[in-house]
Amino acid sequence: MTPVKCSESEWRNLSGEFVALWTSAGQAYALFDKGLFSTAVLDGGYPALSPRYPGADWFERLARDLNGHTAHGLSPARTAIEHFRAPDGSAPWPEFSVPPGEEVHQIAVGPIHAGIIEPGHFRFSVHGERVLSLQARLGYSHKGTLALMRGKSPRLAARFAARISGDATVAHGIAFARAAEAALELPVPPRAAYLRAVMAEIERIANHAGDIGAIAGDAGFAFLDARMARHRENFCNAAYAAFGHRLMMDNVIPGGVAGDIKTAGADEILRALDALETELPALTRIFEDYASLQDRLVGTGIIPHALAEQYAAGGFVGRASGRANDARKSPGYAPYDALEVAVPIETDGDVAARIRIRLAELIESNRLIRQSLAQMPEGQIAAAPPSGSGMGLGVAESFRGPVWHWLTLEAGMITDIFIADASTLHWPLLEHAAATGIVADFPLVNKSINASYSGVDL
Amino acid sequence: MVWATLARHLLMRPPAAQAAEPAMAAAMAARLQQAGQHRLGRSLAIRHVAAGSCNGCELELRAIQNMIYDLTQYGLSFTASPRHADILLITGVAARNMAEAVRQAREAMPDPVLVIAIGDCAVDGGVFKGSPAITGGAESILPVDLLISGCPPAPAQIIEGLLALVEAHGVESLAKD
Repeated sequence: MTPVKCSESEWRNLSGEFVALWTSAGQAYALFDKGLFSTAVLDGGYPALSPRYPGADWFERLARDLNGHTAHGLSPARTAIEHFRAPDGSAPWPEFSVPPGEEVHQIAVGPIHAGIIEPGHFRFSVHGERVLSLQARLGYSHKGTLALMRGKSPRLAARFAARISGDATVAHGIAFARAAEAALELPVPPRAAYLRAVMAEIERIANHAGDIGAIAGDAGFAFLDARMARHRENFCNAAYAAFGHRLMMDNVIPGGVAGDIKTAGADEILRALDALETELPALTRIFEDYASLQDRLVGTGIIPHALAEQYAAGGFVGRASGRANDARKSPGYAPYDALEVAVPIETDGDVAARIRIRLAELIESNRLIRQSLAQMPEGQIAAAPPSGSGMGLGVAESFRGPVWHWLTLEAGMITDIFIADASTLHWPLLEHAAATGIVADFPLVNKSINASYSGVDL
Repeated sequence: MVWATLARHLLMRPPAAQAAEPAMAAAMAARLQQAGQHRLGRSLAIRHVAAGSCNGCELELRAIQNMIYDLTQYGLSFTASPRHADILLITGVAARNMAEAVRQAREAMPDPVLVIAIGDCAVDGGVFKGSPAITGGAESILPVDLLISGCPPAPAQIIEGLLALVEAHGVESLAKD
């Protein structure tokens, strides 16, 4: 593929839906719904897109911290990953802006949080219980993943793609493999595409089940948490029986998949699906019927449709705010074109709507796995990647939205790569949604969006 | 509405009872009985810190608290405050951006402290070994008492490891008495 080359003014006037931005040695790239565009990086700089597309802000800060490229017009206040670089380990804290008003105070949370989650710093400005603003400072789990992937073959680098965000390891594996396959014009065996879909949908169900339960648990409803955790466990065990790993890490490789599904594993998957299908109506009724639970979730952490559009929100975050986007349908990829994915949509944009979307997706993914297993074609499960050159872009719909991988290859080695997790555009939405409620609602709002830290820290 | 719900609940059959792997649970409980209680009383509190993980290990740490593995039956539980913790459990590589936070968490804990590194990344940096953004595994920040490898280690492995540490320290203190 070749990006559309833009002059500086054409770049500034790009229109459409902004998806991602990154820089390479001499070029800045912008991914829009309409396609991939590039402009020259001159004297280490390029025109910022963030004044028109607020979603570009994090990407431009990343490009500055990772590659030293300046986006002209980007406000310089926040860094993406350059923290704690004083030689004595002391922490030069940035200034967090405080909204005007009397008696406004700040609550500092993190980078170590109360629960079992990844690190990040949240700075709340509050007036009594009301949150006036939230600023998230991320980058704490920066591991230098992109730099480690350069100079490696796609097969070797796939191990890093699988560890961009552990909860979406299959989706990132697929997006990375598809980018490499696009660059090398390598067709994937049909059986491999179906096996990838089975793994991706198991991953979606496991995450949705776990998160729905966790949100209920945070609202003081331990029963739903316990039952959903049980179902999550069923699917992890089924994944182990079928693919040899509870999270199915490293099973997707460029060219196909690393191993075929084990016969006993397929039965285990069907048992997990049956158990979920049997209990889900009762669990959904509990979610809908209990006024004390609904009271915490309805009207909490609203992301209005216009805001979701502005940030091109994906996954259940976008779908709960009236956006129909799903990478499995558009741009679409095998085998979903043969499976007719139904995409649920809600318009309330609150925590409850995001849960309803995920409950609906549990049912749809259940159907997709059964259909994939039933019509799984026979044949090879992987093709060997040739040692070619080229540029490739790949996307996959993770449980939280689309993940994009872009790479360039020369003589079979990765010369440059960028990875955009859906979370990059969801973090600013969390900042907005948190500022609509009270401090005590933040855990619910945060879990209902569940943006990945590792996925944006890279 | 209330009546409809009540009626439905009366008519609904309770879900079938789910048991943990009884052999594993019994074996582990027996080991804990022998070793841990002498030195540590009846419980140990764990403070978890993700020092640069991909969140895979966190998923399995959450799984050890579900009804199948039920960590609390062994007297082990997670705590939010390092001031209440006996065990510092580290996942992920030692990201440079997290080093200071990890040190501060350790300093906030009352001695004696057991430090556990969980997952290949925390053991030695895992696949990220050699990256300039990290200093290696947990041991590059703090002395570590126990390493549990795996990417991520399965819940049963994590519990095995935690109990092995409790056991070892229980035996050590018995020998001193």
